[in-house]
Amino acid sequence: MSRRSILQTGTASVAAASLLALTACGGSEEQAEAWILTGGGWDAIADDLERFNESSESTIDVEAIENDAYKQQIRTAVGSGDAPTMIMSWTGGALLEYVNEERVVPLDDHVGELEQRVHDSVWQNGVVEDSVYAVPLNDVQPVVLYYNQDVLDEHGLSVPETWSDMESIIDTLEGVEDVDALSVAGGSVWPALMWLQYLTDRHGGEEVFSAVVEGEEGAWDNESIIYALETMQELGESGFIDNYNAVDAAQNEDAQLLADGRAAFLLQGSWVYATINMDFPEFADSGSFGFTTFPELEEGEGDPSNVVGNPANFWSVSSDASEAEQETAFNYISEHLYNDEAVDDMLNSGSLPPLNDVEDKIAGTDAEEFLTMADDMVANANHFQLSWDQAVSPSEEQPLMDNLAAILQGNMTPQEFVEDMNSQQ
Amino acid sequence: MTATASSDTSVGGKATGQRRQGPSFLMALPAVLFFGFFALIPLGGVLAISFMEWNVLGSPSWVGLDNWDAVLTDRPFTWRALGLTVIFVVGSYLFQAPVALLLGVFMAGQQRYRALLSVLYFLPLLFSSVAVGLTFQSLFSPYYGISSALPFEWLPHDWLANPDIVMYVMIFVVGWCFVPFHALLYQAGVRQIPTDMFEAATIDGAGRVRTFFSITLPQLRYTIITSSTLMLVGSLTYFDLIFVLTGGQPQDSVRILPLDMYITGFSANNLGYASVIAVILVAIGLSMSLLLNKLSGSTKMESDKAGA
Repeated sequence: MSRRSILQTGTASVAAASLLALTACGGSEEQAEAWILTGGGWDAIADDLERFNESSESTIDVEAIENDAYKQQIRTAVGSGDAPTMIMSWTGGALLEYVNEERVVPLDDHVGELEQRVHDSVWQNGVVEDSVYAVPLNDVQPVVLYYNQDVLDEHGLSVPETWSDMESIIDTLEGVEDVDALSVAGGSVWPALMWLQYLTDRHGGEEVFSAVVEGEEGAWDNESIIYALETMQELGESGFIDNYNAVDAAQNEDAQLLADGRAAFLLQGSWVYATINMDFPEFADSGSFGFTTFPELEEGEGDPSNVVGNPANFWSVSSDASEAEQETAFNYISEHLYNDEAVDDMLNSGSLPPLNDVEDKIAGTDAEEFLTMADDMVANANHFQLSWDQAVSPSEEQPLMDNLAAILQGNMTPQEFVEDMNSQQ
Repeated sequence: MTATASSDTSVGGKATGQRRQGPSFLMALPAVLFFGFFALIPLGGVLAISFMEWNVLGSPSWVGLDNWDAVLTDRPFTWRALGLTVIFVVGSYLFQAPVALLLGVFMAGQQRYRALLSVLYFLPLLFSSVAVGLTFQSLFSPYYGISSALPFEWLPHDWLANPDIVMYVMIFVVGWCFVPFHALLYQAGVRQIPTDMFEAATIDGAGRVRTFFSITLPQLRYTIITSSTLMLVGSLTYFDLIFVLTGGQPQDSVRILPLDMYITGFSANNLGYASVIAVILVAIGLSMSLLLNKLSGSTKMESDKAGA
């Protein structure tokens, strides 16, 4: 019995301690806060905020959270009125909800020169009903088709310009043992969304998905979306690497398959350029690491200059923050965001800020070739499609990913997919 | 967690009620407060939210029994998730219990290298489940994992992507993590058996197997009950490794109720439905631990040490 009481006293002290800890957390009044993500280019953002803190009277507390955990925590925090001063988002459906719930404040008077500097196709993502509610904070992330030149050379192939080029490459590589045309991390599902997006866009143009975002009734049931889903299921038979549903992007296996020459192509976000340079330097420096845009679909209605991806991550300012906290955030946005040093840091790591004044700075950086291509892509894009999972309303995001997984696993037909997505609207 | 904690207190409460010995109720106050604050109040909150529509961001509104109706009747997946949960709980028990028992009995012996081996068996308990998850993810990788490393053609390459085997893979990985803990319980249990019982059995001519079934196993019955309760309720509410390794995929083949609750609540942002699932889980967990207590007669548990 006495051991039990010791245990109880112990638990009670733990309880008391955690209560204290809870109160302590709530005690950071009048201190502006910002949550960012871990990994990738986020360290550079953290460094930049640090430099702001050193030069400014009022400072911003920075906390870095893992991507998936962030998405879930930020929603709860915003919903309960405990949001950090600066709320990071991918814009799209989530930003729209924040605006409708009046959780974020308009930034029109606090953007300084940013509006003139940022590419309009990117800037517009932060605009809701003619007011600026979010401003970009990092690099533009177009989805790029990476390739392994060695694999292409070995089988007498060249970089595809049209979808029929791609189809004949798939046919050629189909007969080769231990090499497949396309690496895709189907196990993580979201990389497959890039295929769905590009195929839909090339087939039917950007209007197809705009109708979905605008909530037009039955908009999912569109011939272009069905074409894309059918094509993906065909690629699952022949094209995508064997066991693609077991390949995981979190461990960069999809990039490794490209680097190892097990696959000729990889459709992935621009951040994979840095990943490959860091994790597979031999391949990156071998001269066989290439990148291009998604091929044109000859009979498609979509503009081949259209790009899908993430325009950037964006800052919004919480309406639940105190005036002083908001003032600090406004200062950061108008005075500090995309300062020269931060822009140089981004460029040197192969990330492209969505600014129209960086062209001259790209020359001479390590990633000059990649940045030039990405800059051309973004600057010349007729339309920049935000990733669908971010663009749809948050309640549709989970069904979209679940259904896409079912498509990949051959567990659902394209018709069932569009019907189920329509029923979620 | 909630269910285990509550079963503990109900046992403790009964014992003091019957005997009226030992320290006063005042001593239990911190535990009661702790339990009330961190278990009962949130439980009440979850029950309330199960009657509300709430997407986390907006303000919740009462919808009466709508959520319950929807989750139990309009949502076939609830029943599938329940079925998967039963498979997972039963499978985990069938895997963990015998392995843990045999390992525990072995670890309690006096063999050579036993201490060294025990340390090795114990290791999985020390690892964080996320680290274990990531490690197994690499092991199960189709191109860079164990299947490519070993020269066995028949090994599957899609351990985590094949809906037919992923449940068994998860039962194995989760079992791998929890067997050491239960083996430790059994080791302690075996060490408590008076040695004269074993000596008497040896004199009577019982061999190893006979001794195990006639002395060790019956003497371990209370340990078996404790360990079984922990295993069953633990796997009923198990979450982390399955989430890290599969997220419930492929084809939702391992989306057991706790995972379903999390995904519904925090990925699909439907806290009303998620709370209904949570309440169902609490109900099942509570009934299961109460039933186990009743069946095992643990309220009548008495020491059977020699001389006690």
